[in-house]
Amino acid sequence: MMSTADEPIVRLRHPGRWVAAAVIVFLLVVFIHFVATAPKLRLDLVVGYLFEKSIMLGLVKTLQLTVIAMLVGAVLGTILAVMRLSENPVLRSVAGGYVWLFRGTPILVQLLFWFFLGTVVPQLSIGLPFGGPDLISWPTNTVITQFTAAILGLGLNEAAYMAEIVRAGIGSVDSGQREAAEALSMSPWITYRRVILPQAARLIVPPTANQTISMLKLTSLVLVIGLPELTTTAQLIYGRNFQQIPLLIVASLWYLVLTTILTVIQNRLENRMSRGVRR
Amino acid sequence: MMVEAINVRKSFGAVEVLKGIDLTVDAGEVVSLLGPSGSGKSTFLRCINHLERIDGGEISVNGELVGYRRQNGRKYELRPRETAAARRHVGMVFQRFNLFPHRTAVENVMEAPLFVKRETRAAAKQQALDLLDRVGLADKAAAYPAQLSGGQQQRVAIARALAMRPTLMLFDEPTSALDPELVGEVLEVMKGLAAEGMTMIVVTHEIGFAREVCHRVVFMDAGVVVEAGPPQQVLTNPSHARTRTFLQKVL
Repeated sequence: MMSTADEPIVRLRHPGRWVAAAVIVFLLVVFIHFVATAPKLRLDLVVGYLFEKSIMLGLVKTLQLTVIAMLVGAVLGTILAVMRLSENPVLRSVAGGYVWLFRGTPILVQLLFWFFLGTVVPQLSIGLPFGGPDLISWPTNTVITQFTAAILGLGLNEAAYMAEIVRAGIGSVDSGQREAAEALSMSPWITYRRVILPQAARLIVPPTANQTISMLKLTSLVLVIGLPELTTTAQLIYGRNFQQIPLLIVASLWYLVLTTILTVIQNRLENRMSRGVRR
Repeated sequence: MMVEAINVRKSFGAVEVLKGIDLTVDAGEVVSLLGPSGSGKSTFLRCINHLERIDGGEISVNGELVGYRRQNGRKYELRPRETAAARRHVGMVFQRFNLFPHRTAVENVMEAPLFVKRETRAAAKQQALDLLDRVGLADKAAAYPAQLSGGQQQRVAIARALAMRPTLMLFDEPTSALDPELVGEVLEVMKGLAAEGMTMIVVTHEIGFAREVCHRVVFMDAGVVVEAGPPQQVLTNPSHARTRTFLQKVL
């Protein structure tokens, strides 16, 4: 005999999702048809310029600037974060002042400041202050090239933001962890390196990936000090041939490729960092 | 004398939580600190390991002043690195276990020998596996803390503290965060340690453990030691009204 308890279970159906998906696919098809058949869009130029030599050089410059500026930012930012959380009031104030200054002024101004440093400080020297004799000195303009000015501007600015990200990460580690490390007679340095930072890293990775992706595009600001990276190179080319949209598509495609690679790396890192975390 | 505390005072802001504690613990002795919450027993335990700075009096472990160096009739505060070195012979077990969640059980136990004592990886691993075996968790060496029950985590935490070969073990309410059915396995490990002659100071609410294992029970209330003595005396026939009221509530 069939009892009502044996009646089959019907899961909730979602017809709306199918309708929405169909609408979106239709719109995509319309868009692709439009792009493929628009004669003035010059997709042939997009393909032609995608691997063009100056575009490639711009791409390499963008990558160099992003990687070096992020390295400077991450290392200096971590040091600043540890300083801000230190018991030492001098270290705390110095780090606080740094973050205040570099977050509080526009990055464009900072880039230009480093680039034009030579106009107010013609010689960079190591020696005694207040007019004492110099031990070594260089003309500022040989030290501050477009590239070093770009790295200083982007990296030092990034450090201020990274400092706050790392500080938040460290702050979220349970205070019992530090106590356990201390009770095992770990020195403050070992405690940070082996206990606090590895756990903070899990929370630092997503916002840092965000910052890196943001930096990728922020590097186009070095246009103001005349350093041609990806966006600037595309602009230089369409300044000559007036094919703005195709060249902007070329640049955008490369940014998308780089962002995709960074996202994959981010996911890998997040998986690695979540060791021991119950999901 | 393993631990000697003389007139220890400690305040948090305007609140004085330790109002002159005197206590001596001999080598091989197992002492439990009993008392209502807020009586200062956990704070006192943490002072013995200098996790809390004391504001007055002094504590010595193995004849060495904790957290300070005596010179020219003054006590100079030690640097964090020096304090760390002085803690080597004192193991501590926390109420909330505080295992390192990003490392497996065996890695938790290996951590301090590897990075504090600079032992070789092979030696540290062998010792860690032996210690995990001793607390009955040889089969959980590769598990992360989140994969272990509370009782198992606390046993790993005991193994981790023992890995530094301490001569004194401090337990801060080691079973208070555990489900009732897991308390026994942790107390068993602690009984084993006591039987081997480890010097132990245990902050606990487990009256049964205090009665059965401890040589001495110290009852604290409102930042002072109210009475201390053998468990039969303090737990069965307390001489102070405050002790009696407390025992009536917990028994």
